[in-house]
Amino acid sequence: MAQADTTRSARRNGYEPVAGVSPPETSRSRSQSLLDRAWRELSGLVQRRIPSADLDERDPDYIREQLPLFWLFSSVWFRGEVRGLGNIPDEGPVLLVGNHSGGNMLPDTMVFTVAFSTYFGVERAFYQLAHNLVLSLPGLSWLRKFGTVAASPDNARQALSSGAALLVYPGGDYEVHRPSWQSSRVDFGGRKGFIRLALEQDVPIVPVVAIGGQETALFLTRGERLARLLALDRVLRLKVLPISLSLPWIVNVGDFGHIPLPAKITIETLPAIDLRAEFGPDPDVDDVYDHLMRLMQDALDALAAERRFPVLG
Amino acid sequence: MRINSNIVVAAPIESVWAIVTDPERVLSYMSGVTRWEVVGDAPTGLGARYRMLFRIGAAEVGGLIEVVEFTEPTELAWTSVTGLDQRGRWRLREAPGGRTRVELRLAYGVAGAGPSGWIAERIAAPSVSRHVRQTLHQLGRLVEQEQLRERAAARRRATAGS
Repeated sequence: MAQADTTRSARRNGYEPVAGVSPPETSRSRSQSLLDRAWRELSGLVQRRIPSADLDERDPDYIREQLPLFWLFSSVWFRGEVRGLGNIPDEGPVLLVGNHSGGNMLPDTMVFTVAFSTYFGVERAFYQLAHNLVLSLPGLSWLRKFGTVAASPDNARQALSSGAALLVYPGGDYEVHRPSWQSSRVDFGGRKGFIRLALEQDVPIVPVVAIGGQETALFLTRGERLARLLALDRVLRLKVLPISLSLPWIVNVGDFGHIPLPAKITIETLPAIDLRAEFGPDPDVDDVYDHLMRLMQDALDALAAERRFPVLG
Repeated sequence: MRINSNIVVAAPIESVWAIVTDPERVLSYMSGVTRWEVVGDAPTGLGARYRMLFRIGAAEVGGLIEVVEFTEPTELAWTSVTGLDQRGRWRLREAPGGRTRVELRLAYGVAGAGPSGWIAERIAAPSVSRHVRQTLHQLGRLVEQEQLRERAAARRRATAGS
């Protein structure tokens, strides 16, 4: 029963279960097959930890009571500034598409979530898609009460069709670990699934552009080659193994948490885009993607031009 | 956390009352307030509801509020229905020389937020207090300028009529 639950949960969260598949051993050395097995075990362990997405886990009362704490971090530590929330339609489902910064500590997500929840009230359903691994880390179960669900098309569809606002970061782990000197670059790595999602659900897209997150540590490299070498992409769905200089580790490999520098975070919410009104009844996904990239990059350039000093803002 | 402040305005109490009860003019004198929308049918009076937001730190806080006391022309109190817990009150009293003493009281917090709520309230207090004083100052200027304009208009009418 537990196994069936796990499998179902894993499928819903975008995984194809790998358990029970034994590769032919003839062409492989014994040590390699051992390594493979170890990885599979680890992969299974992670999958079992991924909670099955349940929108009902979002808890408005919990969020309300935690808001003062996150408001403190957001206001005092990050001196957050969120503009243009009025651009988000007052009601109905909406897909908020953000550029992602700040490594695994997600400072921009926190600043935006606080601002959204106070602006529209905790009564408005608001979900955020997060990497499976983030949700499976011990001690982070409270994220689910904030409305964070594992990133998968199924969960996204569920959230939008329930009429909620949904925040996605198409760039994901790829963008969030970009080097600090690329702080003012929007880089979704060509991921366009969110556009198909918006078209399918017929919801407006609201771009959310943020700057400052990449200054909370000195991000050096994504470590894509290292990730491939260690087969992390297959096992943990991780395309990267980032390396950064951050507190308190100094050299931080993998980024399983760090103390973010108090960089000023500025976020700008752009006007909502009704895809079918702007691109016709059957919009071309690539056209929409290019348009959105241009819009967001322009907004990010403007935010970057406002900044005089790194970290200080 | 409770904040209050007062000011004496050189205008009759009815003129001040007319402004503090008019939702359309709130944004012109309430410092820090970014939204004040009428929700429902009654724009003013007992039971009138507004959706209000107030910029403080990294967020705009507020929510739905309802007028729970409306005694013309001296007392107007509201309390929060959703969002941040808050209670506010305009207290107007006649002062000698045809002037009005205006007091604005604001109590706010988040019930159940624990120690972080306690700290957040205190960290926000200086800023809220500044906004309350600024609000009274701007309200005073608005009412007094209106008085001047009315008097000037009356004078112009008198000279035109003679």
